[in-house]
Amino acid sequence: MMSELSVRHLLGIKDVTEEDIQLIFKTADQFKEVINRPIKKVPSLRDITIANLFFENSTRTRLSFELAEKRLSADVVNFSASSSSVSKGETLIDTVNNILSMKVDMVVMRHPHPGAAQFLSKHIDANIVNAGDGTHEHPTQALLDAYSIRERLGDVAGKKVVIVGDILHSRVALSNIFCLQKLGAEVMVCGPSTLIPKYIHTLGVKVEHNLDRALEWCDVANMLRVQHERMDIKYFPSIREYTMQYGVNMERLRKLERPITIMHPGPINRGVEITSEVADSEQALILQQVENGVAIRMAVLYLLANQGLVQKDDKLS
Amino acid sequence: MVTKNLIGPKEINVILHRLACQLVENHGDFKDTVLIGLQPRGIPFIERLIEVLSNTYGVKDIPIGRLDTTFYRDDFRRRGAPLSANQTRIDFLVEGKRVVFVDDVLFTGRSIRAALDAVLSFGRPAEIELMVLVDRRFSRELPIQPDYVGRQVDSIASERVLVEWDDERNENRVSIVESGNDE
Repeated sequence: MMSELSVRHLLGIKDVTEEDIQLIFKTADQFKEVINRPIKKVPSLRDITIANLFFENSTRTRLSFELAEKRLSADVVNFSASSSSVSKGETLIDTVNNILSMKVDMVVMRHPHPGAAQFLSKHIDANIVNAGDGTHEHPTQALLDAYSIRERLGDVAGKKVVIVGDILHSRVALSNIFCLQKLGAEVMVCGPSTLIPKYIHTLGVKVEHNLDRALEWCDVANMLRVQHERMDIKYFPSIREYTMQYGVNMERLRKLERPITIMHPGPINRGVEITSEVADSEQALILQQVENGVAIRMAVLYLLANQGLVQKDDKLS
Repeated sequence: MVTKNLIGPKEINVILHRLACQLVENHGDFKDTVLIGLQPRGIPFIERLIEVLSNTYGVKDIPIGRLDTTFYRDDFRRRGAPLSANQTRIDFLVEGKRVVFVDDVLFTGRSIRAALDAVLSFGRPAEIELMVLVDRRFSRELPIQPDYVGRQVDSIASERVLVEWDDERNENRVSIVESGNDE
């Protein structure tokens, strides 16, 4: 089996191969064991400095990355846009160059603009991990979602996954579609037509507007959050109407012939896309997703860190 | 590529029995002793050792662990192709235990250094011993020596010592491979 990724940066799932994903999963299996030990730390990245650049709010992803970095013994510097010179008008490339002058080996970046990670990777030497760029991709989320499905159902290949909700504004949806398809799963998107991108079927996904039919079809339902902050116009008449049409509750799940698995990338709007009863039930994978997130991010950072030096050597010779 | 056989199936069997006897001699009833096989190549060796210990010497129920040292190695980012990690499975705390590491070949001592580091994540052992099937002497880069040795061999760095296990055809053997440009 391959022990090296085919990429130097993790910008999106679109750029990686199925073998890359399997290698990340296999490495994450070992890290999952590590984070359940009495001492949850390994010294692998002890000579690596990682900058977490968060130009957009995040709690879970940022904590998860920071924890993963610390469990790998990397040195970590944090940066968030609200408390920085970005508000003084500095450009992205200047901010990042300044941080790199401090000899940073890897950059984990979240940015509100699609393609920001791509842009960065063309201009600087460090390994980039995209932690979400606007409405484009959120690769580590997709990896941990697929990893959680693999853990619960044994395999991703052949499974039917429906992604429900705000597909239009969701980087999680796009990364999930690429990732699940690469691993051989069937993907459907479900939501009000105002929140489904017009040409989404060209990616090879099914489109369904009726949640009950979608739930009947699937093995796994991934419930996305309604992203009010990205909506500058009304996409549906009211939250209450959205919940009636696209919110998953116990009543809906009990009607199904077989139990399905419920996922949610967080943060949950309890009572909007998912009721508390469902979120806290056995069928929900939500907290396992969070735990797996740390293992997956450790695997990604570990594997990319190795790429860094090999490439730099190539350049020297 | 030239292959030279060092130890055949019969001798390996004798060595396994001798090492098992030495363990019994030093550890008695194995009350606080745990055996830890180093991934990946220490595992087939430790499995056979356990078989001999329980079938011939009546020593049963010793806690066995598997330890992978990939994340503790000191050559991360310094070798061309990274190693892929194997499973670590230690279902007990090593706190206060007498730990015996079991591996197939001792060469530079760097894997053992990583293992010493790694095992501390599971507690502070009372002592750690090292058992190896083959000791490539005069090639150590660190001050690490085995406590139980199957066979000492003299070899040069360009040679590889290969341990192959094949019980079904009774072809367990240790050989030296001269690979020329390897390493």
